[in-house]
Amino acid sequence: MANTNGKTAATVERPSKIGGVATWFDDRLGIATATKKQIRKVFPDHWSFMLGEIALWSFVILLLTGVFLTLWFKPSMGEVTYMGSYDQLRGLEMSEAYASTLHISFDIRGGLLMRQIHHWAAMLFIAAMFVHMMRVFFTGAFRKPRELNWVIGGLLLMLGILEGFAGYSLPDDLLSGTGLRIADGLMKSVPVLGTYVSFFAFGGEFPGDVIIPRLYIVHVLLIPGLLLALIGAHMLLLVYHKHTQWAGPGRTEQNVVGFPMLPVYAAKAGGFFFIVFGATALMGALMEINPVWKYGPYNPAEVTAGSQPDWYMGVAEGLLRIMPGWETHLWGFTISWNIFIPGVVAPGIIFGTVLLYPFIEAWISGDKREHHLLQRPRNAPNRTAFLVAMMTLYGLLWAAGGNDILAVVFNLNLNYITYFMRAAIFILPPLAFIIARRWAISLQRSDEARLLHGYETGVIMRSPDGEYTERHLPISLEESYTLTARDRDHVFELTSGEDENEIPAPHRRRDKLRSRLSRFWYADTIQKPTREEYDEAQHHAEHELALHSGEAHPAEGHQFDGRHDVSGDELRH
Amino acid sequence: MRFLSARLSAKRRSPLAGVAVLLMGLLFTGGVYTAFTQLSPASASGSAADDQALVAKGRELFLVGCASCHGRQGEGVVTKDGSQYGPSLVGVGAAAVDFQVGTGRMPLARPGVQADKKPPLYDAEETRALAAYVASLGPGPVIPSASEYSVGNVDNEAVVRGGEFFRTNCTACHNFAGSGGALPGGKHAPKLTGVEPKYIYEAMLTGPQQMPVFSDQVLKPEEKRDIIAYLKSLEEAPSYGGFSMGALGPVSEGLFAWVVGIGGLVCVAVWIAAHTARSKKGSKA
Amino acid sequence: MSHDTRSSMPVPGNEDAVAHGGTPAVVGDPIPDPGLSPHQPRPTDVDEAAERRAERQVATFFGLSALFAILFCVAYFAFPLDREQTLLGFSLSNLTLGLSLGLSLLCIGIGAIQWARKLMSDVEIVEMRHAVASSEEDRQDAVAAFNQGVQDSGIGRRPLIRNSLIGAVAMLGLPAIVALRDLGPLPGDKLEHTVWRKGMRIVNDVSGAPIKPDEVEIGQLINAEPSLFFETTPEGDPKVEGVELQQEKAKAAVIVVRMQPKDITPLPSRQNWGVEGILCYSKICTHVGCPISLWEQQSHHLLCPCHQSTFDLADNGKVVFGPANRSLPQLPIGLDSEGYLVALSDFTEPVGPSFWERG
Repeated sequence: MANTNGKTAATVERPSKIGGVATWFDDRLGIATATKKQIRKVFPDHWSFMLGEIALWSFVILLLTGVFLTLWFKPSMGEVTYMGSYDQLRGLEMSEAYASTLHISFDIRGGLLMRQIHHWAAMLFIAAMFVHMMRVFFTGAFRKPRELNWVIGGLLLMLGILEGFAGYSLPDDLLSGTGLRIADGLMKSVPVLGTYVSFFAFGGEFPGDVIIPRLYIVHVLLIPGLLLALIGAHMLLLVYHKHTQWAGPGRTEQNVVGFPMLPVYAAKAGGFFFIVFGATALMGALMEINPVWKYGPYNPAEVTAGSQPDWYMGVAEGLLRIMPGWETHLWGFTISWNIFIPGVVAPGIIFGTVLLYPFIEAWISGDKREHHLLQRPRNAPNRTAFLVAMMTLYGLLWAAGGNDILAVVFNLNLNYITYFMRAAIFILPPLAFIIARRWAISLQRSDEARLLHGYETGVIMRSPDGEYTERHLPISLEESYTLTARDRDHVFELTSGEDENEIPAPHRRRDKLRSRLSRFWYADTIQKPTREEYDEAQHHAEHELALHSGEAHPAEGHQFDGRHDVSGDELRH
Repeated sequence: MRFLSARLSAKRRSPLAGVAVLLMGLLFTGGVYTAFTQLSPASASGSAADDQALVAKGRELFLVGCASCHGRQGEGVVTKDGSQYGPSLVGVGAAAVDFQVGTGRMPLARPGVQADKKPPLYDAEETRALAAYVASLGPGPVIPSASEYSVGNVDNEAVVRGGEFFRTNCTACHNFAGSGGALPGGKHAPKLTGVEPKYIYEAMLTGPQQMPVFSDQVLKPEEKRDIIAYLKSLEEAPSYGGFSMGALGPVSEGLFAWVVGIGGLVCVAVWIAAHTARSKKGSKA
Repeated sequence: MSHDTRSSMPVPGNEDAVAHGGTPAVVGDPIPDPGLSPHQPRPTDVDEAAERRAERQVATFFGLSALFAILFCVAYFAFPLDREQTLLGFSLSNLTLGLSLGLSLLCIGIGAIQWARKLMSDVEIVEMRHAVASSEEDRQDAVAAFNQGVQDSGIGRRPLIRNSLIGAVAMLGLPAIVALRDLGPLPGDKLEHTVWRKGMRIVNDVSGAPIKPDEVEIGQLINAEPSLFFETTPEGDPKVEGVELQQEKAKAAVIVVRMQPKDITPLPSRQNWGVEGILCYSKICTHVGCPISLWEQQSHHLLCPCHQSTFDLADNGKVVFGPANRSLPQLPIGLDSEGYLVALSDFTEPVGPSFWERG
């Protein structure tokens, strides 16, 4: 060692080989300081915390299989005559992109498998991001200090969808060309700039011969680079903030309880990577996805029934389908509301809402505390109901995007589905909101009842005057604590409008709105009982039990509730 | 008959149920009638006398089974409000009859937006007779001969060309894999897989129901045959990538990605995070 | 974490983490935190036989994984990419490669997770959180450092330098935008015109055969193209090919249909746009531009398979359903000297989706 002064040996023991390597690196990188805390970093254990991991591992699979595909894929729209081994298309003129996709599928061993794994992993990547985001939303994990990580997640989702669309367009088959044509229509609908955007994107008129090479570099370099950087930031923030956890005995806002990174999470998360990869490989082996050879090469005069985008674009497709045909013609200019609203405005609003939601909710609640304990969905009835309403809307639009397939498979009338959806997207989400909200509040009530009055034992008691009651027993201390380990919500109350000098308070109207929203948001929520209420209820329950114990019933109740070990427990006589 | 009509009316709540029952009844009697009257085996010779006999037999069948909708002379029936009840069959040709009756689409089980494929009610000989009779009403496309639609010995080049014609003329309604597609107002373009080449050919030739006509002058007979050859080659080709999930395109793929992929992986996540069994030792009640 | 006053054992290597059991009672209302429940051992923790069984189980999975990896290599070389070689109707190569790869990966995953679940320590560890925000001291230090830097630069005292720098950097945005100018040509009037001209024959798509009216039956649909796409120069090269062909096809594709003349209700200006009930329409949807040819010969409706806009071809291509707003453009047609169908002019309006300048 360089800094040895010669009086003591540099190392007390002869280092092991690994130790030697580690020392070599630490001398140059200082990794010990950087990693000493991370090696045994604690992660809480819950299945819903692994949903984001599915997305992460799908992304890794996409990188691996994507690199494999680039070894043969030719991102060119130059025309060639296909002479490969797929008979039904041999001798046809087609773009090099499509020909090389066929080449990968039929003349490279494992090529079709890699293509299918890549496509399945892409579908799972975005789907997993969705379910992960839903988990974060339902549990309030986006609250301070994690708002920025939520925003990064939203950007990842948006980029993931763009990345998927770019990839869908690359093989230059009939479906991908149709998708690009629709994208061209969307661009043209932009007021003022539309035609220029379209001509610049396609290098002239649709389809041109540059869009695939351009999308290729976007697909393999630009967006993956951004995704990697944002995923890195996402993970760093996760490490810095430490993971959220569910409330429970010993699990507080000040700590995180779980298993260490090494070895448990290294094995669990690493193992999960292999499972995700294995599952996508099995899907690639058994389920045919995007059979480009059946679609045929892109031809601007051809189209197929069932022309649909991949699932994550289904919502935009549904909106496009059910939108009425509105257009404005003014002073020699055209505004195509029928395309511009569903294709450009609506996605902007949706993503805007997603990115801003944590800030909106924080403004309504006025909550400036840090939150590391998760909320059960029922304990935030309005938030939960809001997401349920959004999921309903999403599902409806999704179904609308596949209305022709629904019509064929379920023998329905295509036009009626469209009419139904036009009304349903305005009626069903509010309905879902109301139902989910009431549902959450009743679950809160039932929690409160359990906490204050105990659980139902199934033992029916008849009192001397003939009244039947069910005997309740108190729940365990652990459960009581878990039920009450949550914050109280505070309704933002409007202070009097004027101070003592009769000068109106600033931001009066804004505060009024906030107070109204806050009342709507929190007024109906059931808050946990105070200590006095709890003690009183406990006292009452004990009294009840004492009363009943005088009555000669052989069972106290716990024998039948299925949650106690009753072996060797004799019924009292 | 009572049994039949009772079952039908119980099932069909449509106001047209009565008509359907009537139709079925007529068909049934017609069928029994012909079964008893036509005991002599069909002679396949092309002599004029035989043709006459065939037409006469077809006319009898027609009067019993078809005339209620299509008119006694096949001139069609127009309802009081002027809408077409059963279209005129003058000039539709033998090919149209062979397709409609041979695939069971006609006679209709009940009036509706679309006549669907079902087990045929008439046997081959009766269908031939009906076709001969309708052909005698006016000139129209004849039933194609096997040489026109047989795809036994076409070369690969023809299959490739057929694919081009298929994607240009057929996929818009029938889907890229011939899996069928939706049309307005509850109608649909049927599946093309598993359909006999003769019927595919006749459908193109005659344009049954809402399907447009692809006449022989415009879509040449050999081009029709190429389309059929392409379809058959698709059908015979193995499913290279695995289960095709209905060959309906990205919608079913998305569904499977969610149900099988996300569903399965969430189950694994639950397994990973689930607590393992605890030993009884040291545990307390 | 220096303010942490818990007395529990720190976890080696991570002074933030402590073994369970030492959680402080948090002042909680209404019920105080009972603290973590004591750890309960698993069968594998107390029963050596169970432990060995789990060990064998994990090793078996890893062994199986290696076996499947070898099978993958065997399948790679044993099953060539012969299109005829199938198993259960699937490609033999894809199926065997995928199954062996998938199972090999799954076995590693299952083995590793089983190892963690059964054999690795499952004592829960408590790690204390640190404040996310910096300490007040650090904040002040950072602000002081920043102020010192700003002070030293003199940017506040020298507005001339500051403003000219802002101006210079802002100007650099211009080259960044201007340099992208050549992404594509300007639209000009390209979207207004197609290759259709007076007298150009309407020919069958794919085959290029011209069409005579008497070959077209009532209820017929013809997917057609301008004859230009099938013409060749005297040297034998196609007149239009490659990108240009694709671009022109994307605008010029048409469908020819024939209906009963009595069913057709042409606009007064379109009385002579058809030939004996034969009409010709653009194939490009006016919504977002999908090619449409789902024609119902009895209802005369044309459906777009992409978003279900429906046009009535007997009624001048009027929209009867769906998201499209404008009628399908009609191509006026007539007959040439040889009796073939020809265009009488270009389309009289731009085809395809709407755009701002369209009017």
